[in-house]
Amino acid sequence: MQTALTILLDGLVYASYLFIVSVGLTIVFGVMKILNVAHGGFYAWGAYSAAYAIGLASELGFPDWFGFILIGLSSALVGVVLGLLIERAILRKLYEHEEVIIILATFGLFLILEDLILIVFGVNPYFAYQPMVFLGSVELGGIFRDVYSLTLVGLAALVALACWYALNRTKWGKILTTVIHDREISLAIGINVNAVFVWTFVASATLGALGGAYISPTVSVAPGIGIDVIVLSFAVVVIGGMGSIPGALIGALMVGVLRAVAVHKFPEFELFVIFAVMAAVLMVRPEGLFAPAKARRI
Amino acid sequence: MIRSVFSDKTILWAFVGFAILSLIGTLLPNWVLNNAMFGLARGLAVLGLLLMWRTGLISFGHALYFGLGAYAVAMLEKFTGTTDIFLRLLAALIVAGGVGFVIGLVLRHYRGIFFAMLSLAFSMVLYGVLVKTEALGSTDGFSVSQTTFLGWRPSSKYPLFLSIIAICLLATIGVQLYLRSALGHLTTSVRDNEIRVEYLGYSVARAVHVKYVISCALAGVAGALIAMALGQVDPDSMVNWTVSGELVFITIMSGPGSVVAPFIGAITFEFLRTFAFEWAPHAWQLIVGGTLLGIIFFLPEGLWSLIRRLWTKKERRRDRYTSSAGARSA
Repeated sequence: MQTALTILLDGLVYASYLFIVSVGLTIVFGVMKILNVAHGGFYAWGAYSAAYAIGLASELGFPDWFGFILIGLSSALVGVVLGLLIERAILRKLYEHEEVIIILATFGLFLILEDLILIVFGVNPYFAYQPMVFLGSVELGGIFRDVYSLTLVGLAALVALACWYALNRTKWGKILTTVIHDREISLAIGINVNAVFVWTFVASATLGALGGAYISPTVSVAPGIGIDVIVLSFAVVVIGGMGSIPGALIGALMVGVLRAVAVHKFPEFELFVIFAVMAAVLMVRPEGLFAPAKARRI
Repeated sequence: MIRSVFSDKTILWAFVGFAILSLIGTLLPNWVLNNAMFGLARGLAVLGLLLMWRTGLISFGHALYFGLGAYAVAMLEKFTGTTDIFLRLLAALIVAGGVGFVIGLVLRHYRGIFFAMLSLAFSMVLYGVLVKTEALGSTDGFSVSQTTFLGWRPSSKYPLFLSIIAICLLATIGVQLYLRSALGHLTTSVRDNEIRVEYLGYSVARAVHVKYVISCALAGVAGALIAMALGQVDPDSMVNWTVSGELVFITIMSGPGSVVAPFIGAITFEFLRTFAFEWAPHAWQLIVGGTLLGIIFFLPEGLWSLIRRLWTKKERRRDRYTSSAGARSA
């Protein structure tokens, strides 16, 4: 019972983290049809800038709760600067290319972002534990957990809710849905598709950076942290269906719980399970587990 | 048959090129020889990816076969103590080709992004197993002892270098002949219009499958050769998804123009890496990423198109002279 609860809790926390990171990936795929490997770069940049800012603030004598504000600020900064720069300067010129070529270009961007981190932040790991210490820990049914990782679940719920609201209840969401459905028709009825692309990309980059920034207090922020994350979020996005936000939620929950079970029961299978499920989903339902059936356009 | 092989200009040039390279090999210092070996071996895997790329398919999971080949060598040694080059290559070929055949049964129905993702998933499955399993060396991997040739243990690396060259030459000839066969001619047709190929009476799935198995076998042999040249196998530098990305990168950098291009590209890559580590150790990925973007933007046909351009310019100049001379005499 105790183990079951631990697994469930671990799985939920990990799923929340995965959802925050991969929801941006799935949005960009849905709207722009780009599988953005550079998303892992946004994640790493978010983590580094937040860790750096928190460390600096603590040295300057700011209170520990200030870290939460810094997490928000640094992910917004990373998202807007990098997102704008990359979309405007590079991706814009590639939309006419084949989709695999665009994947490769984002892979190139990912490598560049990785090394820029080394140049800007150096090779030593950063630790930004202050926000985690600030919240302390709590006992849940006999299990001790730090409150910070529990707030991750809340944040994920918030992000999911915000996405749902923005897509279904605002004018922006309607425009976005139109573009997802048919880019050419959207152009014809006067939607500025270019602007939609820019904002989608910036929003997605911000979400990626937020994932990294929020997780940074719980891990040591070291070079290469984006490498594992990006394939994991590929798995999440593929399992739920590329381009679908509820899909990302389901995919994150599945991967999170599966991983938690594997870690506690069969540690050798931690990665194996995740990618085996990804392969299985691609083999059985390439469009994703719970994706609605789509009419084929000729 | 023999005459038709050597009447092919590409094969002839490959033969001359590899022969010159093997002669130069006797003069080269050890580190250059090592780099050339890595480059040539990696070039084999890239040759396999080039076959896929010509059909418009990009595999983000060829590290699977690369790693299988390398681990086949290490496992063979661990369990049977065999270090013979022929047995090592045979093991790599069988394992990579066999797994490629089985996975190909599934993958042959996939295109575009789904092909890339599914091959990524398969390769990460192997990575996950290797990293977490103590019996398979975990993250440390294994060391591979020196290669023997039918019991002979050479004192220098030159014999291994020669064998790598021989294998590369054989592979180049084989692939060129394959591309000239009816099945090989389907390569570009499938890319252009699959439905039309089906109407012509060929099975697209079968053509893709054959091609996939060839490219897997090549990647497997490449992995085995790298393992032998390096004396070490480990999951992070041989099976992780970044390795697949690197192979795809070399493919794009080399360009799809010729079966010789992968070797030129891979050797360039190897030396670029050595010098980058020397001068700017933290900017290696920056250089690779920048090059990748630069090639996509400015040189979409890869390095080979540069060579090609020099070549045609020379020919064009000759044409101009002859035609103007002809005009004058008329």
